[in-house]
Amino acid sequence: MMRLTCPWCGERPESEFNCGGTTAIQRPQLDCSDQEWGRYLFFRRNPKGEHAERWRHTYGCGMWFNLLRDTVTHEVHEVYGITEARPQKAETAEVVMP
Amino acid sequence: MRTHYSAWNLLAAARRDHSDWAPAWREVSEPKRRYDVVIIGGGGHGLATAYYLAKNHGVRNVAILEAGWIGGGNTGRNTTIVRSNYLYPESARLYDFSVKLYERLSRELNYNIMFSQRGIVTLAHSRHDLDAQSRWANAMLCNGIDAELLDARQVRALEPRLNFGPDARHPILGGFIQRRAGPARHDAVAWGYARGASALGVDIIQNCEVTGFVKKGDSIAGVKVRHRGIESEIGCDKAALAVAGHSSVLAGLAGFELPITSYALQAMVSEPVKPVLNAVTLSPAVGAYWSQSDKGEVVMGGALDHFPSYGQRGSFAITQQVVASTMEMFPSLGRLRLLRQWAGIVDVVQDSSPIIGASPLPGLYLNCGWGTGGFKAIPVGGWTLAHVLATGKNHDLAEPFQLDRFLTGRLIDEAGAAGIAH
Repeated sequence: MMRLTCPWCGERPESEFNCGGTTAIQRPQLDCSDQEWGRYLFFRRNPKGEHAERWRHTYGCGMWFNLLRDTVTHEVHEVYGITEARPQKAETAEVVMP
Repeated sequence: MRTHYSAWNLLAAARRDHSDWAPAWREVSEPKRRYDVVIIGGGGHGLATAYYLAKNHGVRNVAILEAGWIGGGNTGRNTTIVRSNYLYPESARLYDFSVKLYERLSRELNYNIMFSQRGIVTLAHSRHDLDAQSRWANAMLCNGIDAELLDARQVRALEPRLNFGPDARHPILGGFIQRRAGPARHDAVAWGYARGASALGVDIIQNCEVTGFVKKGDSIAGVKVRHRGIESEIGCDKAALAVAGHSSVLAGLAGFELPITSYALQAMVSEPVKPVLNAVTLSPAVGAYWSQSDKGEVVMGGALDHFPSYGQRGSFAITQQVVASTMEMFPSLGRLRLLRQWAGIVDVVQDSSPIIGASPLPGLYLNCGWGTGGFKAIPVGGWTLAHVLATGKNHDLAEPFQLDRFLTGRLIDEAGAAGIAH
């Protein structure tokens, strides 16, 4: 089981959390085309490697926060606030896709 | 060399200690420089596509490129249940066509795929379950698919080891059964199609990873590959992706995104025991399902891991849940030990329905988005993908399952009827 670090409660088991998927998706203007709206709702990069995603400590303090997590190894590279920008770090370069 | 499996050939081969059997399929060590069609992914769907391209459409200059070994991805990592108990007409037609192809497949391929139509029972634990299931079963009957409502007594007669005790946490009030459903042998499905395709001239190339696409103008002209560590290019008129789990990765190489998120779906088996389970049983309340393999192992499956993943392991949180559910629903299995646990990476789309047809890159076609239920759809996935590759037109069955439904909003939301809440 993964152990995730909630910014408020500290390290807790994965089963206390919910994953909210890719974080910081920009909603287009409401008068955008159907194409653009469809892409916003459904289309994702779905990377094999580092993924910026949001999680909620549902069965704890209830806080939403962001993670940079590797989708292959499940290693967490960074925990950051829900309104913060994705941290840029040289050593967490994306895994090269095969 | 003997190639046809029959009682007569079995007897005749015995004279020479079975030493004159030809290999089931021909492995090609050196791919040609060019093919009419290149199929990426040597799982069930890719192999079936190649077989039907050659068989139904006479397109035989075809290569299957497999990064690992054939049938080693999700085809070898599922719980092998074949069923067509879907809700909507589009899905019902698609999946029942698949069940019908499965029913004839051993004969068609001259390869025993061990399809055992022992039935799948969905349990009802509440008044609401009973109501929802009568609607579900009625929808199936309206779509011409067998379905039968069962009362608690009938469920108990069928599967006496289920928990009917007075303190059962999830009392069983009834359920419904699709009797034509059941498990098949996954390796045999992959190898049967590989053997059929190979006999018709298809090249099967293992350890051949696709690393990029070659374009001519706007269209596809070939694929870049790394075959046994050596980089090269293979030309083609058309290509198809049948790489469930990694669809987004390959789409990324081709320069577009898909409405797919990859998740790990796990399953596990107990140590083998004598026959104790008769059918396939599914409990929506605990989100798990059970059957018994021909080797005697109790096969258990459950929900998806709840976060995106390309790690073919599966989270222990779900393993624990499935095992706890098994203890609750089948108390007498509680002392069995777990033998193996594994996971496959599945393509999850919002409406739990597949994508079979053109991609944004002209000449490249998609077979993806099967979510947690790709195995049952192998024959129809291959049949319909081969059709669009050969003719350039969507097969009738695949028409509703196009990528552009995510832009038009014409979704086929099977999430409620996909058997289990993923």
